[in-house]
Amino acid sequence: MTYIKPLFRHPELPKNKIGYAKSDYEGAISTLCAGCGHDSISAAIVHACYELSIEPHRLAKLSGIGCSSKTPTYFLSNSHGFNAVHGRMPSIATGANMANRGLIYLGVSGDGDSASIGMGQFVHAIRRNVNMVYIVMNNGCYGLTKGQNSATADIGSLSKGGAENHYPAIDLVGLALELGATFVGRSFSGDKTQLVPLIKAAMSHPGFALLDVVSPCVTFNNKPESTKSYDYVRAHLEATATIDFVPEKEEITVNYPEGKSAHVKLHDGSVIHLQKLAPNWNPTDRHSAVNRLQEAKMKNEVLTGLLYIDPDSQEMHELENTVEQPLNTLREAELCPGSEALEKINASFR
Amino acid sequence: MEHIRAINDLVVRFANVNGTGSASANNMFAKAIFRMGIPVTPKNIFPSNIQGLPTWYEVRISEKGYLGRRDGIDLMVCVNPQSIARDVESVKQGGYFVYDNTKKLHAEFIREDIHYIGIPMTAMAMKHYSDPRQRQLFKNVIYVGALSALLDIEMDVLKGIIEGQFQRKQKLIAPNFKALELGESYVHEHFKYPLDIRLERRDRVGDQILIDGNTACALGAIYGGATVAAWYPITPSTSIVGAFEKYASKLRADPESGKRRYAIVQAEDELAAMGMVIGATWNGARAFTTTSGPGVSLMSEFLGLAYFAEIPVVLVNVQRGGPSTGMPTRTQQPDLISSAYASHGDTRHVLLFPSTPKECFDFTAKAFDLADRLQTPVILMSDLDLGMNDHLSPPLEWDDTQQYDLGKVLNADELEEMEQFGRYLDVDDDGIPYRTIPGTHPTKGSFFTRGTSKDEYARYTENGAAYVRNVDRLLKKWETAKKYVPAPEFYQKGNNHSHGLIFFGTTTYAALEAMELLQAKGINLDAMRLRAFPFSDSVRQFIEAHEKVFVVEQNRDAQLRSMLINELDLYPKQLIPILNYDGQPISADTIEQQIIKKYPKEIKEDDVHQAPVPAS
Repeated sequence: MTYIKPLFRHPELPKNKIGYAKSDYEGAISTLCAGCGHDSISAAIVHACYELSIEPHRLAKLSGIGCSSKTPTYFLSNSHGFNAVHGRMPSIATGANMANRGLIYLGVSGDGDSASIGMGQFVHAIRRNVNMVYIVMNNGCYGLTKGQNSATADIGSLSKGGAENHYPAIDLVGLALELGATFVGRSFSGDKTQLVPLIKAAMSHPGFALLDVVSPCVTFNNKPESTKSYDYVRAHLEATATIDFVPEKEEITVNYPEGKSAHVKLHDGSVIHLQKLAPNWNPTDRHSAVNRLQEAKMKNEVLTGLLYIDPDSQEMHELENTVEQPLNTLREAELCPGSEALEKINASFR
Repeated sequence: MEHIRAINDLVVRFANVNGTGSASANNMFAKAIFRMGIPVTPKNIFPSNIQGLPTWYEVRISEKGYLGRRDGIDLMVCVNPQSIARDVESVKQGGYFVYDNTKKLHAEFIREDIHYIGIPMTAMAMKHYSDPRQRQLFKNVIYVGALSALLDIEMDVLKGIIEGQFQRKQKLIAPNFKALELGESYVHEHFKYPLDIRLERRDRVGDQILIDGNTACALGAIYGGATVAAWYPITPSTSIVGAFEKYASKLRADPESGKRRYAIVQAEDELAAMGMVIGATWNGARAFTTTSGPGVSLMSEFLGLAYFAEIPVVLVNVQRGGPSTGMPTRTQQPDLISSAYASHGDTRHVLLFPSTPKECFDFTAKAFDLADRLQTPVILMSDLDLGMNDHLSPPLEWDDTQQYDLGKVLNADELEEMEQFGRYLDVDDDGIPYRTIPGTHPTKGSFFTRGTSKDEYARYTENGAAYVRNVDRLLKKWETAKKYVPAPEFYQKGNNHSHGLIFFGTTTYAALEAMELLQAKGINLDAMRLRAFPFSDSVRQFIEAHEKVFVVEQNRDAQLRSMLINELDLYPKQLIPILNYDGQPISADTIEQQIIKKYPKEIKEDDVHQAPVPAS
C-alpha cells in the first residue's frame, strides 16, 4: 500500500483553460479500502473540476462523518474543506453559501449521513434550493463502524454480521423528486462516462443538485446477494439517457445522431445533451421522472442518469433577495447604520 | 380602614385574559408614567398559550428609580373572572381592587381590608361600540381612562401616545379617545379622586428610553455587522430575530436595488440554526443565532465543534425556567453551567451577562468582535425578564469612528508572503491562531476544518503529544480571553466591609435596591456585578478581600456560585447562595430577607422582618 504521494509532476502535463494541470485538482492519498467505490467518485470529481476549469480555491468542499465524508481530503487540496459533524453538513453549507454566494459548494455525504442522522437537514437543504452539489456516496451500509445496514439498504440485505434488514430502503432520489428538488441524478461509481458529465452539469446548475451515486463497499457489502455490490449494480443498470455536458461558450463538436435526444440549456449558457432517451421520459418533466423511477423499481433496475432538471430553478439567494455582492465582503460602511440613525431609534422609545 | 398613601411609589397589577388586546392598553399605561418623568418598570407575566388563559401585567412605579420587582400590590385592575380569587388575595392591606362590576362581585371575594372600585367596563363597551372586537379592545382603554382619574395620569400624555400609535390609522384615534374619556368620566361621577396613591410629574428619567432587551440585542446585531441570522422559534428569544428583520429591512436594504444586505434563515431546528451560523462565520461573515435553554441543549454538539475547530459564533440565550420544557414563559437564570460548558469533552465558552437593554445592545455588538478575535463561541446570557419586558435604559450609543475587530484573518497578500501557513500555530503566543477565509488565495491558505484532533497545520492526527499541545493552547486562549471580556463593575469605593455581594444580569435591579434596604438596617455590603465568564482576576481579588460573599442568582442550584468555586478554586463555605427560582423576577425583599437570615451579626428579629412574604 502506498503511503506517500510523489510530488513530482511531468512538466508537460496538459493544462486546462486556466492553466491548471489535472494534478492540481488532486488531494492527499486515500486511506479508504483498496477498490472502494468512493475513490472512483473522488477521481470523477477531480476530472470534472479539471475539465470545467474551476479555480480550486473558488470551490468549498464540505462533508459530514463517515467513509464518504473522509473523501474531500482526497481531492482538491487547494480548496478549503469542512468536515462537519455527523449528518449536519447541509446546515454548514447553507450558512456558508448565505455568507458567500461567489463560491462553488460541493457537499459529500453518505447514506448514513444523509438518510438517517442527517435526514432533516438533507430535506431542508433541498427545500431551500441551496446552490450546491450534493453527492451521496451510497453503499447501503455503515463502513466506518464495520458494516451495519443503513437506511438505504434493500429489504433482505444482510449486514456484515449477518443481520437481515426488514425495513424498506429510503430512496433519496425519489424523496428528492417529491420534495421539489431542482436537479436530481443518480449514477454508479463504476460508470465514469456517466458520472463526470453529471457532476459537471450539477456544478453548473443554480440550486441544489443531488447526485445519488451507488458506490459499493468492497469490505462489508460487496457480497453477491447485496443490491449495492459491483456485480448486482452492473447487471441491473438502466439509464434514463446517455449524458454529455458542454460548458458555456464551448463549441459543440460532436455530431449527435437524430432521434430520441434532448438538450437542456442552463442559466450560464452551458448545455446538457441527452441521447437515447428512455421512453415516456422528459428531463424537465418531474412527473415523468417519478413514473420512470417507479417502473424501474418494479423491474429491479438501478435507474441512473439525469432524472430531472428544472431549467428555471431559483436558488436560495434569489428567493431571499440578497445583494449580488457576497455578504462576507461587506464592512462597516455598508453594514452599520451609524449614530444618527441610532438617535432616531432612541427617540422612538421615549 | 387603612389607606396607603404614596406618591410615585406603587405597584399596579393588571389581571387580563390573554389574546384580548390588553397588552397595548397596559403598555400605554406604563408609557404614560414614563413620559411623566417617573421611573417605571412593567413586567408581563404570561402563560404559554395564545388565547384564553390568565395573564398579568405588573407595573412598578418608583420615584427613587428602583427597577426590580417589589412584593405587594397596591392597586389591582382585575378584568379576568378566572383569576379573581387569587387577584383579590394578592392586594396589599389598604390597597385597591379595581374591577368590572358589570356583573356583581360575589360575596366571597369581598375583603374587609381593601378598597373596591367597580367600573362597568363591559357594559360601557357594549353600549358605546358595536363591533365585537372593538368592544373587547376598548374595554381595556376604558380602564386606562379610569386609572388616569384615579392616579392622576395626565390625559394629554395618554392622548399623545394614542396619536403616535395610530399615525397611519387616523380613524382609530377618535374611538380610543372616547374610551379614555368614558373611563375618566365614570370615575369623576362616582368616586372621590385621585386616590391617596397617585402620580405627580417629575423629571427623573432624563434621556433614558423604555425598551426591551430583545429589541436591543437585535439592534446590537445590526450595528455589530451581522449579515446572517439563522434561528428557530422558541420563547422567549423569538422576538430578537423579528426585531432584526424589522430594522434590517429599513436600515440594510441596498439603496439602489432594494436587495438585502442580510439573510435571515428560519432553520428546521436549533441544530441547523447553529450549523448555519458556523458555516457563515467559517466563510468570514458575521452571523448569529438566538435561542433559549432547550435550544442550547440541541446546539451543544455544534458548540463543541466551534470551540474545537475555533470558529467564531454568536449565540444569544434568552433564558427561561428549566429543566426540560420547564416554565417556558417564566424567567430564570438556569443555563449558566449548560452554556459555559456546553458539549462533550473539555469545553468552555465565553459568556456575557448584560443587565440592561443598553448592555444587551453593547454586548451583542461586542460579541461579534470577541467571537472574531477569539475564534470561539460567545454566548450572550439574557433572560425572559430582560428580553421580553420593557426596561428603563440609558439610550443606545454608537461611536462612528469604531471599526469592527475581525481578528486574525490573513488576506491574499499576507498569504503570498508567507512560507507556510499553519492554521493552528500559536504565532503570537496568546493561544489565538491565524485563520483564512475560503477563496482568498489560489494556492495558499487552504486547510481542512474538522472536529477531529489535528496538528498545527490542521492535519488529522491521533498523536497524543499533538493533541495535548492543541488543547493546552486552547487553555492559553482562554486566559487571553480574560483581557478582552467586559470587566466586572463595582459599587463601592473600596473593599471596606467584611461581606460582599455578587450579582449579575437581571438580579442587578433588585440587588441594588436590597443593598439600600439592608444599609438602612445597618448591614453594609461591598458589591460586584459580574459581566462575563471567564472571570477576570479582579473577581478573585474581590472575593478574597471578603470574609464571606453572598451570590445572588435565579436558579435552584446556585450555578454561578459553583462556577466561581470551581474556576477560582475557592473554599465553598465562603460563598453564600441567595436564590430565587419561582419563575418571577427576583425581588429586593427576597434578597434582603435571605441576607438578613444568613448574616452573622446579631440583629433583632423585630427590626428586620417587615416585608411581606413573596407571593409564589
